Amino acid sequence: MLSQESLQQIDREVAKYPPEQKQSAVMAALRIAQVEKGWLANETIEFVANYLGMPPIAAYEVASFYNMYDLQPVGRHKITVCTNLPCALSGGVHAAEYLKEKLGIDFNETTPDGLFTLKEGECMGACGDAPVLLHNNHRMCSWMTKERIDQLLAELGGK
Amino acid sequence: MILAGCDGDRSWRLQDYLARGGYAALKKIVAEKIPQETIIAELKTSVLRGRGGAGFPTGLKWSFMPRSFPGDKYLACNSDEGEPGTFKDRDILRYNPHSVIEGMAIAAYAMGAARGYNYIHGEIFEIYQRFEEALEEARAAQLIGQNILGSDFSFELFAHHGYGAYICGEETALLESIEGKKGQPRFKPPFPASYGLYGKPTTINNTETFASVPFIMNMGGEGFLNLGKPNNGGMKLFSVSGHVNRPGNYEVPMGTPFAELLEMAGGMRGGRKLKAVIPGGSSAPVVPAGIMMDCTMDYDSISKAGSMLGSGAVIVMDETTCMVKALERLSYFYFEESCGQCTPCREGTGWLYRVVHRIEHGLGRPDDLDLLNSVTANIMGRTICALGDAASMPVQSFVKHFGDEFMYHIENKKCLVPPEVQYAGSQIYVSPSC
Ligand SMILES: Cc1cc2nc3c(=O)[nH]c(=O)nc-3n(C[C@H](O)[C@H](O)[C@H](O)COP(=O)(O)O)c2cc1C
Ligand code: SF4
Ligand code: FES
Repeated sequence: MLSQESLQQIDREVAKYPPEQKQSAVMAALRIAQVEKGWLANETIEFVANYLGMPPIAAYEVASFYNMYDLQPVGRHKITVCTNLPCALSGGVHAAEYLKEKLGIDFNETTPDGLFTLKEGECMGACGDAPVLLHNNHRMCSWMTKERIDQLLAELGGK
Repeated sequence: MILAGCDGDRSWRLQDYLARGGYAALKKIVAEKIPQETIIAELKTSVLRGRGGAGFPTGLKWSFMPRSFPGDKYLACNSDEGEPGTFKDRDILRYNPHSVIEGMAIAAYAMGAARGYNYIHGEIFEIYQRFEEALEEARAAQLIGQNILGSDFSFELFAHHGYGAYICGEETALLESIEGKKGQPRFKPPFPASYGLYGKPTTINNTETFASVPFIMNMGGEGFLNLGKPNNGGMKLFSVSGHVNRPGNYEVPMGTPFAELLEMAGGMRGGRKLKAVIPGGSSAPVVPAGIMMDCTMDYDSISKAGSMLGSGAVIVMDETTCMVKALERLSYFYFEESCGQCTPCREGTGWLYRVVHRIEHGLGRPDDLDLLNSVTANIMGRTICALGDAASMPVQSFVKHFGDEFMYHIENKKCLVPPEVQYAGSQIYVSPSC
């Protein structure tokens, strides 16, 4: 179900915890699985649970509790913009509006070509870099002026 | 202190940290077999208070750990920085991760903990990767791991990556999360010092708290205390965000006047007038400009002004800010992030958000301010963790200090601050130095 490479990465995570506490690696394992699959289908979550020897329902609870797991398919590029107050004071909301306008979609929508999904985010602990956004959960982009948003979208294959 | 001399892109490397005098404290402690009690006493002298928000004295916290307990004991570092306005721990991990590693190793020695985890906020994956690399460097140099520096002291340290849940910053939710569960806070007592990670005694401290420890060991508790002011020892990182010319982290002595900090952050953007400040992260009560300008940045002064120093996140708002809208956004955040375990918090945060939302959108009712106050009164002190209080304090303080603005909304069905003024004031702004 998961590639050899993903399984090796999961094994490295498991090794961080005491031998009888494999479940501790579930967050990392779900992250690794999501990177490989693009999102977390029920089968993927179940596979991860079995691999770690925990009940699938417990893994599912974790996947649905934490915001960065996607339990539905998303576009190739998920862009999450922080609009919380500290960012909003320096243009977080304006940056989000600009993205909506450029992509022609609202929050929680995906462009028809399946390239972009837009999400509203909460504080990313980077408020001094406002406006900030996350690309596919793992790459943080700081000081996102309109020009920088244009550059990012061009780099990712948008218009 | 922690961020001094850390402006290059190599300052996070072990070699650079060593060149700045790093790991000297750990080496000395291990070589001279300094007694655990001496380290804890030094911390008590320093009056280092927890930098994660609650400001609990660190030396005292460490002394709660059962040092003679025979089984496993754990340490956890709280780098799950998600309190809106706070971005200091990210910079500590980005520019000086070894100060955190050294601080944790010293803590492990002082409390007899054999294992530790640094819980890193989900949204900063690149920082998590860097921390893992820093751990590898430290392991290769025998600064963590088995038989540190050839002694009989061993301490294994790992990084755990979060994945998007503010509540995991609460210390017992954080432990649940490391155990691979939903991050739902536990009832206290029992406290983590007796029943923590995997049911074993555990001490949890904030990133900045651990990072301060090596400096305290090097300069002595007295020296650290004297950097700040009595009862408010040392230096502190303040994350300044909002309507200033140079948002960013500023590390200054405790007791620095707010006016000076504001000056360091480049002053008010566009020369506009200061309206209000949230001095300690979004959970701290808001303070109007007039009171804030007379404050110094330390626990005692901010608490006298009716707020909290909290995590040291200073959110600056100028005259273009609509206070109803500002509160609406914060209330939405707490509603979204409530873990749902306790009824007063789950229902109350939703209620608060809906009432503030309807006021902002011109549908407020004359008795809504009383309603807000009564909902908060029913949340506070009746929940498992402090998120309920954290959601209530902004509401109470915004209503208390800016009640007129809320009433104007209710009576006139529009903002006191004209929409075009708000629009102009919240434009994308990036400091020229970035
Ligand atoms: C809802 C909530 C969120 C919290 N978030 C954080 C956080 O992001 N980082 C942190 O260090 N402490 C946070 N805390 C405080 C921790 O529970 C704990 O007090 C702290 O990590 C202890 O470390 P210290 O004594 O060094 O400050 C939070 C508390 C609550 C109730
Ligand atoms: S106060 Fe709120 S966040 Fe805390 S445990 Fe209760 S429901 Fe969860
Ligand atoms: S409010 Fe946007 S990163 Fe903190």
